[in-house]
Amino acid sequence: MSSFFNRLANPTRFVRLATAVLPWTALLALACLGSGLYFALFDSPADYQQGESVRIMYVHVPSAWLAMAGYSTVAISSACALIWKHPLADLIAKSASPVGACFALLCLLTGSLWGKPMWGTWWAWDARLTSVLILFFLYIGHYALLHAFDDAQRGAKAAAVLALAGFINVPIIKFSVDWWNTLHQPASVSKMGMPSVDPRMLLPLLLMAFGYTFFFVTVLLVRVKGEILAAKIKALRLGQLQAAQ
Amino acid sequence: MNDYLAMGGYAAFVWPAYGLSAIVMIGLAANAWRSLKAREKDLARLRDQLP
Repeated sequence: MSSFFNRLANPTRFVRLATAVLPWTALLALACLGSGLYFALFDSPADYQQGESVRIMYVHVPSAWLAMAGYSTVAISSACALIWKHPLADLIAKSASPVGACFALLCLLTGSLWGKPMWGTWWAWDARLTSVLILFFLYIGHYALLHAFDDAQRGAKAAAVLALAGFINVPIIKFSVDWWNTLHQPASVSKMGMPSVDPRMLLPLLLMAFGYTFFFVTVLLVRVKGEILAAKIKALRLGQLQAAQ
Repeated sequence: MNDYLAMGGYAAFVWPAYGLSAIVMIGLAANAWRSLKAREKDLARLRDQLP
């Protein structure tokens, strides 16, 4: 297993693998999102309390999951970058962070659009909402630190430390609805095998969640591939400069 | 049809939620793809210049 990861960490091999995998993850994303949208919008029941507004769940919940999964990706690859100095780990953290930030933003926006008709307010300073807002700020801080230094490696190191310190926020988000009294409803899909949600709602929710996940993987692979090429371009330009002197 | 689009009175919340999600995700994918293609082009040009 470790030799598998060692071979993967070779950028050239990674590019070859990513190129081979990309069409399939993209196809899976499209298939899941397409069928998920059909069930979410046309073939799932309205909620007995929330009416048709419950359909916001199918875009809100997956974006919340991906905001947290994206941050976990950033934190884990930051740990690998700090401990083992894998050449790819920094690139993965750098590539995943803006994507996760977009999902955190979507989670906040769609949550606000759901909160207004259901709670009567766009925003409340309760534990779940505030901790997701902090997640969004952590992403912004990560991006800012990455680009704050002339020496990209120093920036990557500072950003990695922030990503690891901020990781504590992920379990806080997850358990905030249990630890504190919040406006936010508890998880609908918590008990494995026996979620407290109608199966006709669970199907589009899971399809959308898989669709978002494959979308994330696809965009991440494209971005990491782009970063590897950017590093090659930089090295070639440096070589040209030295040759010219 | 109009009945469906009205979303039981929640149209003003449901459609913006889906619209924003679509805009942000299409933007993410397009941006990633465009910058990859631009870099592939740069790299090909640089390699052509190599002796």
